[in-house]
Amino acid sequence: MILNSKIPAGQLQSKWEDYKSTCKLVNPANKRQIEVIVIGTGLAGASAAASLGEMGYKVKAFCFQDSPRRAHSIAAQGGINAAKNYQNDGDSTYRLFYDTIKGGDYRSRESNVYRLAAVSASIIDQCVAQGVPFAREYGGLLSNRSFGGTQVQRTFYAAGQTGQQLLIGAYQALERQIALGNVEMYARHEMLELVKVEGKARGIIARNLITGELERHFGHSVLLCSGGYGNVFYLSTNAMGSNVTAAWKAHKKGAFFGNPCFTQIHPTCIPVTGDHQSKLTLMSESLRNDGRIWVPKKQGDNRKASEILEEERDYYLERRYPAFGNLVPRDVASRAAKERCDAGYGVGTSKMAVYLDFASAIMRYGKVEAHKRGLAHGDDKAVYQLGKDVVKEKYGNLFEMYEKITGENPYEIPMRIYPAVHYTMGGLWVDYELMTTVPGLYALGEANFSDHGANRLGASALMQGLADGYFVIPYTLGNNLADDIRTKAMPTDHPAFAEAEKEVSDRLTRLMSIKGSESVESFHKRLGKIMWDKCGMARNAKGLQEAVTEIQALKKEFWSNVRIPGEISEFNPELDKAGRVADFIELGELMCLDALQRNESCGGHFREEYQTEDGEALRQDDQYMFVAAWEYKGDSRFEMHKEVLDYEVVHPSQRSYK
Amino acid sequence: MSWKHSFSTSIGKKLQMSFTGLFLILFLLVHCYVNAQIFWNDGGAKFNEAAHFMGNNFLIRTTEIGLFAFLILHIVQGLALWAKNRSRRSVRYQVTAGNKTSPWYRRSMGLLGTLILLFLIIHLSKFWIPNRYAQTFGSGELNLYTRMREEFSITWVVLFYLGGCIALAWHLVHGFYSSLQTLGLTTHKYKKMINGIGIGFSIIVPLVFALMPLAFYLNWII
Amino acid sequence: MEHHTIGLTLKVWRQKNNKAKGQFETFNVKNISTEMSFLEMFDVLNEQLVAENKEPVAFDHDCREGICGACSMYINGRAHGPWHNTTTCQLHMREYKDGDTIVVEPWRANSFPVLKDLIVDRSSFDRIIQAGGYISVNTGNAVDANSLPIEKHRADESFAAAACIGCGACVAACPNASAMLFVSAKVSHLALLPQGDPERKIRSVNMIEQMDKEGFGSCTNIGACEAECPKGISLENIARLNREYLGAVFSGDSQNA
Repeated sequence: MILNSKIPAGQLQSKWEDYKSTCKLVNPANKRQIEVIVIGTGLAGASAAASLGEMGYKVKAFCFQDSPRRAHSIAAQGGINAAKNYQNDGDSTYRLFYDTIKGGDYRSRESNVYRLAAVSASIIDQCVAQGVPFAREYGGLLSNRSFGGTQVQRTFYAAGQTGQQLLIGAYQALERQIALGNVEMYARHEMLELVKVEGKARGIIARNLITGELERHFGHSVLLCSGGYGNVFYLSTNAMGSNVTAAWKAHKKGAFFGNPCFTQIHPTCIPVTGDHQSKLTLMSESLRNDGRIWVPKKQGDNRKASEILEEERDYYLERRYPAFGNLVPRDVASRAAKERCDAGYGVGTSKMAVYLDFASAIMRYGKVEAHKRGLAHGDDKAVYQLGKDVVKEKYGNLFEMYEKITGENPYEIPMRIYPAVHYTMGGLWVDYELMTTVPGLYALGEANFSDHGANRLGASALMQGLADGYFVIPYTLGNNLADDIRTKAMPTDHPAFAEAEKEVSDRLTRLMSIKGSESVESFHKRLGKIMWDKCGMARNAKGLQEAVTEIQALKKEFWSNVRIPGEISEFNPELDKAGRVADFIELGELMCLDALQRNESCGGHFREEYQTEDGEALRQDDQYMFVAAWEYKGDSRFEMHKEVLDYEVVHPSQRSYK
Repeated sequence: MSWKHSFSTSIGKKLQMSFTGLFLILFLLVHCYVNAQIFWNDGGAKFNEAAHFMGNNFLIRTTEIGLFAFLILHIVQGLALWAKNRSRRSVRYQVTAGNKTSPWYRRSMGLLGTLILLFLIIHLSKFWIPNRYAQTFGSGELNLYTRMREEFSITWVVLFYLGGCIALAWHLVHGFYSSLQTLGLTTHKYKKMINGIGIGFSIIVPLVFALMPLAFYLNWII
Repeated sequence: MEHHTIGLTLKVWRQKNNKAKGQFETFNVKNISTEMSFLEMFDVLNEQLVAENKEPVAFDHDCREGICGACSMYINGRAHGPWHNTTTCQLHMREYKDGDTIVVEPWRANSFPVLKDLIVDRSSFDRIIQAGGYISVNTGNAVDANSLPIEKHRADESFAAAACIGCGACVAACPNASAMLFVSAKVSHLALLPQGDPERKIRSVNMIEQMDKEGFGSCTNIGACEAECPKGISLENIARLNREYLGAVFSGDSQNA
């Protein structure tokens, strides 16, 4: 099969404008007859469902949480990028596009990324109109901050809760459409199968998580906005419920999976404390604007941070990357932290942590404040207090969260941080129209692979989710549905629905009837350990091969020894979790296969065999400038297809942040 | 929205409580001022003069009807709210927060109000009802000063009145603030001031009231 | 941070489903690290129950970083437990001592019916938002974001109200099971912004009517909601909602309101 990415012809800068002007439209009367299913209500899902509802489509939205407002987009802290150039620091659509392509280590599709950058400004406008309370300056205008991997200030934010505020905006727009009857909401429902009729996506089988009943839902098209699959690692910054199930079911029904091995390890998370750990908590990347990262110069130094003198500290990011310093992209920062800890310079009881220190930022801000108040010669204590207030206003909620979790006060003791799995750049392969290889099935937001290449820049996930939902899908969906207006809504007693439902119920029955002795949680932890050790921050061929074998064995064991208490036809969170873990196990194998075939290091994918002399990632552009799109061929059998990436505008070079 | 509707939503009912409550607070102030005339210790001359004015002024007598209407509304609505709010949690908690999340009197307005109602029934039957009865059907106004002196020489009456004043004080501590919060006046700037005035009012007015039976009982005034 | 392990007695509300009658069940858990979060302690309990072939305790949780609003435990008489400004998932076990007994109940309010064990149905909150907790602007209608300057302190105050996570602790903590703090947070968020102005009258009235319809109690200004709110939403928002309501119903020009 040849992958057709349907990139419009013409100049990069005008592709999207041309597309919008020439794409087919669906007239209002016909829209009312067309049903669209949206899976997931995060930024991508809620914004898509709301926008399509506004346009007049009949939308059904599904989420497994108790309310659409709980989707994990809500936890994004730092901000959202947009090429507004409000700071007059030379930003532009092209620059945002370029930074994103470069940040992604030249493994993303130019046309998609350019479109993303081009619509970014409209996102901010839309969100402000919805009442998203972004941070503002005293003059009443919007405030910006800088984020890792860029040299301009283009990040809009709402304290450390930007994702929450954006999601609430989209959620409110969604609730408005629900009130108007344009969207029907199915909360506590999980999609467990895709229904295809004559090769096209025509509906889903969903499980009502409260009653356990299986439901059939028809849709002219199905939109997967189900987020990323970071929980394959068990420990990640994802929510406990975040899962790959919807995307995986679609994959098994013919949707190719793009670049599954591209996972992002976020450099600033609170370190693991023990085996009981259920999830990892991110400390926003924005902290790196003001915090300085260091470890002791001496190996195995057990002194307290305060006892280590300035000249005994190694500010290794500033040392290695003088141009970007603490603001290098996430993949670079994460690997550097791992390198230091592996070499024995780590801090804290586990020695798997580095310091993120705000002492100098506090004094710097303190001096500015003191100067403003005419206290230029104030004593250090007063300056410190003033500076602390500034830092508190900027990051107060993050500092509080850190203190709640660790019991340490980060104003006084430097934060201990370590990288953790955060985001998955890979996802369902989609074309320019966000359609997967299954006609009528789309993937939006983190669920697709498209815009971030091998590494996502900070504050770009929120941008992509909303771009897809608010500004891309309303056009591209119509372009395809225009040919579908004569298709009547299908009754759900169609054999395709019955067959899909049977598949689901058989699988659930099988899971319940295993009655083994090991808990779902335990299998998940074991999978996570394999993935983290062998397909994590650094990978090598040997480890990956071992991982594939181990995962296959784990799969066998899971299907013969998992224990799921409770009944099938009731509220059964253990059963929900079992289904998700079963899918994670299968995905884990594919991730390792993908990592194994990609004999290069790029972005979040670091193969130990491919590095420069000073330990930087070494790309192999001549061989691996492609998207690996995997086709499911049956149990543990996958076939790789290549979408070759043509760089027409940007010339890939070795990424340097030095 | 119709007037009736405006007052029948949950905020509407709060507004009823707030408006009537504030009117009752105003009444307390007047009542307290008039009765405080006894402290001139002039054998009740100034007090009886004021009482006579209050009992015969057309405007005040008219307002008195309104006062009763408001009082009854405050009582009926208050009890109805209490019952309704209580019914909103059919299964109750095994362990409750107690005073950790809110002071007891804020959660006990229904109880305090009921105590005050009991007090009022006794209080009215001792003074207001016989006086108005005598005024309308009998030989004219009673000498309330004398009546006070008689009543407040009985120990249980004095204790009962003291109890009434304590209930009133706690009811006011929350009532004063709450009525203004309901009107939306407790903004950042005024919150502290309102709280201060409220607590001051809730201490001073009931204290002055409480001093009346005490003063007679302990023969501070004759 | 110093840490050690403790053992606890847990009394947890068990209820098979919405129709079933519930009761408390007592469990003992050992080897609880003081570095665990409260929910991680429940994970330990659930693993123990699975090992004993019993049904684990069902509870709502998702992000485990205090922002999604899913977790909802009433712990020893306190919504989200004893820590100030903290959700259940951010409560950590260093709060407890070896041998402590902890009683865990679901949110209790008729408008939040129990679905299973500690899980309640909070869809009434969504319906309140549907009644008007939004600004009616379709995608694509927006003007440039900086064409509408907003005073910083107003924007900050709006943000503080918008920080509500919709967890329902206010209802759980309120002796009247009132949802006023939740409603007022949304009304304040939108009323403080010029974008929210065109709909502010009808919004406050419709949201209040929906709140009443859902069977929440009415506010008597007790203040337990503010004390227990994990996001520190202030009672000043309730005062503002009251003002908004007064302005809406008594200004005389609100046709719809």
